[in-house]
Amino acid sequence: MRDVAVIGVGMNRWGELWEKSHRRIWTEAALEAIADAGVDHVDALYVGCMSGGLFMGQEHLGALLADQLGMGPIPGTRVESACASGGLAFRQAYLAVASGEHDIVLASGLEKMTDVDGGAATYALSTAADQEYECYHGITFPGLYAMMARVHMHRYGTTREQLARVAVKNHANGLLNPLAQFQSRITVEDVVRSVLVADPLRVLDCSPITDGAAAVILAALPQKGSKREPVKVAASAAATDTIALHDREDIAWLRSTDVAAAKAYAQAGITPEDLSFCEVHDCFTIAEVMVIEALGLTGRGKGGEAAASGMTALGGRVPVNPSGGLKSKGHPVGATGIAQVREAVLQLRGESEGRQVEGARWGLTQNMGGTGASSVVHIFTRA
Amino acid sequence: MSIGIVGYGSYVPRHRIRLEEIAKVWGADAPAYKRGLGLREKSVPAPDQDTITMSVEAARRAIVRAGIDPVRIGAIYVGSESHPYAVKPSGTVVAEAIGATPEIHCADLEFACKAGSEGMYIAMALVKAGEMDYALGIGADTSQGAPGDALEYSASAGAAAFIFGRERLVAECEHTYAYMTDTPDFWRREYQFYPRHAGRFTGEPAYFKHVLACARGLMERSGTTPSDFRWCVFHQPNGKFPQRAASELGFTKDQHDQGLLSPTLGNTYSGSSPMGLSAVLDVAASGDRILMVSYGSGSGSDGFIWRVTDRITEVQHLAVQTREQLEGRRVYIDYGTYSKFRGKIRMGAE
Amino acid sequence: MIGSARYWREIPQRYRYEAATCDACGKIHFPPRLVCSSCRGTRFSRTTLAPEGAVETFTIIRVPPTGFTAETPYAVGIVRLDDGVKVTAQIVDADLDELRIGQRVRVEFRRVQKEGEAGLLCYGYKFVPVGV
Repeated sequence: MRDVAVIGVGMNRWGELWEKSHRRIWTEAALEAIADAGVDHVDALYVGCMSGGLFMGQEHLGALLADQLGMGPIPGTRVESACASGGLAFRQAYLAVASGEHDIVLASGLEKMTDVDGGAATYALSTAADQEYECYHGITFPGLYAMMARVHMHRYGTTREQLARVAVKNHANGLLNPLAQFQSRITVEDVVRSVLVADPLRVLDCSPITDGAAAVILAALPQKGSKREPVKVAASAAATDTIALHDREDIAWLRSTDVAAAKAYAQAGITPEDLSFCEVHDCFTIAEVMVIEALGLTGRGKGGEAAASGMTALGGRVPVNPSGGLKSKGHPVGATGIAQVREAVLQLRGESEGRQVEGARWGLTQNMGGTGASSVVHIFTRA
Repeated sequence: MSIGIVGYGSYVPRHRIRLEEIAKVWGADAPAYKRGLGLREKSVPAPDQDTITMSVEAARRAIVRAGIDPVRIGAIYVGSESHPYAVKPSGTVVAEAIGATPEIHCADLEFACKAGSEGMYIAMALVKAGEMDYALGIGADTSQGAPGDALEYSASAGAAAFIFGRERLVAECEHTYAYMTDTPDFWRREYQFYPRHAGRFTGEPAYFKHVLACARGLMERSGTTPSDFRWCVFHQPNGKFPQRAASELGFTKDQHDQGLLSPTLGNTYSGSSPMGLSAVLDVAASGDRILMVSYGSGSGSDGFIWRVTDRITEVQHLAVQTREQLEGRRVYIDYGTYSKFRGKIRMGAE
Repeated sequence: MIGSARYWREIPQRYRYEAATCDACGKIHFPPRLVCSSCRGTRFSRTTLAPEGAVETFTIIRVPPTGFTAETPYAVGIVRLDDGVKVTAQIVDADLDELRIGQRVRVEFRRVQKEGEAGLLCYGYKFVPVGV
């Protein structure tokens, strides 16, 4: 297998993009990545999208987007793993280049969530859980994560305030990211007084509904005379766990992240202590707490203290979600995993103005589907 | 050959509303209503409860008391005036839930408040005819009373289920008698949400005429008088009517009280006298004779004379008792929650 | 929206709590499946879930999905049954302020959903606090 690097990135400002269709949103990001990479073609494209059908009535996105790019007849592949669709699309693109099958590949993500009403959006998102044995009973995604939070709080003493500090940190970082959906400072008070969604989680514990796309270009190393400093993919791993939360061995442990991360650390030859920063899947505040435990950044059950103590803040020991995370950057489902990669690349290139992690050397991205039924972990380093 | 009840069970929902809560909203004199109706509070079904759900739980309790494999039940009749579907029987869901399918006869019944006793009547007849070993008759309702109408104070929810057979009886059926005429005291047209009634006409020419004639006819045919009975149970649309019927027939308060649930349960319509019977069976002793007369508007009454056997004491505590549920942990709600639960609020389209 | 076939196929589970025990390792699967998630065995025996258990965790849904507005707010929990199986279901007839991890509950037959005003009525299992 060849070494692979990311040589270009692109993304649009995320938010409620009423005036742009999904074609426009995606193509803008793709063109920016292609320009950033300084290439004139790609050999294949991968697009992560959770549900073109339910959100947009549009499937067959691999073909549609290759068409939009004017690069037919290249192969186009749409990848789905609920909220980890983007991360998994990146992994497929990585494997395509590493294997020698293709030389220059576009890995992208897309979701257009605001064309349907709230009820329909909630339904589309719920398809990431067990339809017959979870959703049938009236549980929602905030509800599932709320149940995880309750176990974590009961067993480890994680507090309401500690969860709020995750949202506060990520909003503070989002203020420094011009493409983030929300650029607003929030306080712990704001979080704990926001409307209850599913006890104990409140509106400000939850990532939003967002339209957006992101794209990156992968190519084989070594790259001679490339426009940008290539960022090497040091590891790529994925894992799954039971679809239903009630079938997990431990409701308060993200085994799929643990397994994927262990494989990734081994591939990269590093340990969690070597990480300069991470971009993780904070779909809910409790998710970030549990993810950093599964990544080995803190001990099991100790994730609650991380944001509160400043360990994961910008300038802390290991900044988590310098981009603002899903909470403040937004969560157009299929695009999230790719945006995480873009942030890792910018950080390692030294191009994250305002939110630069000093001396960044190793960055990790973790993208997760549903309540943790799938996880995709990548590790990046300067080439 | 003896035929009778092999197992019985009942279900009372946990929510209650006091009459004062209803009266408050309509500016009515609560104490006067309570006195006049002989009612204090009534049961309220939660949004996820209906005739089918209550019938399933009551039937499960009857099966536990009967101690039989439900697959041996040859027929199921669910009587209600609030079947969840207009077309598709409640009985199929109940039979499936208790594990009695597929070799089972099923029909849903309707005759205002006596649909439950009808189911019992027919189920028992099939066993008597030798068609099957066991048959199940259930009375259950979640009836509605129109807002501000007198019936809103009494219309409540509950279920009782009876398994009939020829062996291991807890109560033998000694006699049955049916008395029916076409009497338009209370009805509901198709597509109407609430029933209508004819005011005071629902008394003498309707309830009392049929209940008294049925009781008297039953006693005449069996050569009995009130003193031959330990217990009596009548249909209970409120607290007053059944007490007046009991007293006019010559029954005492002591005979009547145990089976009189309406003061705190309300009128469970097709569940009414069947639930009263279940409450009596919960405390009855071997040899006790019970007179039971139902009433359904339209109108008619089904009468039964039961004689309790030795086996009753083996089953009374095998499942939760009726008064245990009635007097046990209860959740009181206000009129707003009541309206939400009963679907009286015009909701947005979903 | 569920549709007739999808609803009907799960009736043995929703109404009668029918599960499958792996003949090789004894793990109980609910709903039944083709391959044991513990030992990859493919032979099973039919069993029924235990009717009582304890609340493992729960939440109170205040922003409901479509079709659940009438019962909002409502509690949903994961219940660990006495046979070790964990299921997700609503917890009803309980004081929402008094729900606790570890609370004993038992199964009860309820209507879980309805497809609007003209579609199917969908029944299934919920849990109520133990004690009348």
